[in-house]
Amino acid sequence: MGSLVGRNLLADAEPGTAPRMGFFTDTSVCIGCKACEVACKEWNAVPEDGLEFTGMSYDNTQGLGADTWRHVAFIEQDKPMGQADSDMRWLMASDVCKHCTRAGCLDVCPTGSLFRTEFGTVVVQEDICNGCGYCIPACPYGVIDQRKGDGRAWKCTMCYDRIGVGMEPACAKACPTDSIQYGPLDELRERAAMRVDQLHELGVDEARLYGHDPDDGVGGDGAFFLLLDEPEVYGLPPDPVVTTRDLPSMWRHAGMAAATLLGGLAAVFAVHGRAGGGR
Amino acid sequence: MNGPDTGGEDMREARVGEGTGRRRRGRGGRRGEKAMVPEAEFTSYYGKPILNPPVWKAFDVAGYFFLGGLAGAGSVLAAGAGLTGRPRVARALKISSLAALGGSTAALIHDLGRPERFVNMLRVMKPTSPMSMGSWLLAAYGPAVGAAAVLDVTGWWPRLGRAATAGAAALGPAVATYTAVLAADTAVPAWHEAHRELPFVFAGSATAAASGMALVAGPVGETGPMRTAAVLGTALELAASKALERRLGIVAEAYATGRAGRLLRAAEILSVAGAAGAVFGGRRRAVAALGGAALLAGSACTRFGVFHAGTQSARDPKYTVIPQRERLRAAAG
Ligand code: SF4
Repeated sequence: MGSLVGRNLLADAEPGTAPRMGFFTDTSVCIGCKACEVACKEWNAVPEDGLEFTGMSYDNTQGLGADTWRHVAFIEQDKPMGQADSDMRWLMASDVCKHCTRAGCLDVCPTGSLFRTEFGTVVVQEDICNGCGYCIPACPYGVIDQRKGDGRAWKCTMCYDRIGVGMEPACAKACPTDSIQYGPLDELRERAAMRVDQLHELGVDEARLYGHDPDDGVGGDGAFFLLLDEPEVYGLPPDPVVTTRDLPSMWRHAGMAAATLLGGLAAVFAVHGRAGGGR
Repeated sequence: MNGPDTGGEDMREARVGEGTGRRRRGRGGRRGEKAMVPEAEFTSYYGKPILNPPVWKAFDVAGYFFLGGLAGAGSVLAAGAGLTGRPRVARALKISSLAALGGSTAALIHDLGRPERFVNMLRVMKPTSPMSMGSWLLAAYGPAVGAAAVLDVTGWWPRLGRAATAGAAALGPAVATYTAVLAADTAVPAWHEAHRELPFVFAGSATAAASGMALVAGPVGETGPMRTAAVLGTALELAASKALERRLGIVAEAYATGRAGRLLRAAEILSVAGAAGAVFGGRRRAVAALGGAALLAGSACTRFGVFHAGTQSARDPKYTVIPQRERLRAAAG
């Protein structure tokens, strides 16, 4: 019982059920084939959401949303790649829901539709979601969104149905270069650290991990990345923070404001006195 | 992990990525705006927003903020008026609070993607979700406000009516201010960064709106306290807004520009004019009604302005990237 006190029963996984599973997306080996995007759409029956010519290099999906759960970003730069003999590099990165340790979407969901699975992932229960839309601006990464015509919020489930029977998620399965790796988060973090060291030895000094640190503003991501440039170059926030970290301060200030309202008006009536007496 | 990404280097790196995200220069904005916030460079992915902007409809959600404030502060004024022998304005305020609550609940339900699943709001009670707490708050406040109005009008069970009035007055301030937490508890820069001031802006705006309603609907002989309250509410709202703009750095721009800037300037003018009308002409029926209407309109403009400041700040990556970069730089020392 004591262990229940102070634990958010609705936001944390049941302890000791299964190891926390995650994605490590090593963008240094991404070839931009979009197999992950396609596999995700196919497996999860995600509706088509427009195939536009955007002029953004090879990117025509533009960003994550209700109907795009994997998004491959393409960035063209006048910059050499490691020690390669070229003045130009082409960055590609497959983005996905981060399955945050402290997930803003889950914290603010008023219905309990968003929940933490036994794998430590964050999933929407679509039969409960009432489309209030609160999770959407709560996500510091711009992942979850409302599906038009459906009204509910949708995002990556890390293929909850597949991992429940021991399979890997569709995107990781389809990735031909193992840029997307799925596994127990602890193992992935070790492997990622080794990969960064390896790249640094090869002279790719700009290689860095993103979302791997359990001490960051969201308590670390369940899906983290190896990037070759600053996060914002890929459309990722450089220092995301779960909004509910400041919630105690928010309630405190709201309480003070409410007390000001009540106290102030009580004082006004006290000063004016009874009708007919004063003015 | 962090090479400095400023100046020409950055321009070159983000050749394709620069898009529309870079700040326009030399914008002739409000006085002092440029001096307050130095030009900053930042990188983005083709100028795309980092956040997914709120899908909330302005009319529903800003309208909900406004009506919730009107109802909540109105309940406090109604109780005060009832206790100090001002029964007619008390009754008017009880009715307006009930109507405002009805309107705000309708707006809330209308904004849902699945309105028929509204009751799922009461499926759990989650302190981390201001929307969950707000739903429970309204579930308690609604019956109190309804009973207060109905029992006053019918004259049935006066003791129960007084208890309902007191209950509504006790919950009213929370109804008026919790919506500020609702907005602030998001990743939207203009809302989250303003989480300290926003509840005070909302408390002041709610007080001004409810006082305005009293001036419109109550007899001038009974609205003396509401005229004072109109001034205090307006003063609180303006002071909190100024504090907000001072503290927010570059994000304050979202409050000063575009539709948000226009609405908030209109709010300032309407609120000050309404408060002035209340003080100087509040004993004359026509002036009181006009002043009251201006206060109500001012409060509505404030809520719509704050709403649009939020969506504007979510749509432009600079409000997400620049403050986060500054935070990282400060942490790195
Ligand atoms: S990245 Fe966004 S949608 Fe995914 S778990 Fe975190 S807050 Fe939720």
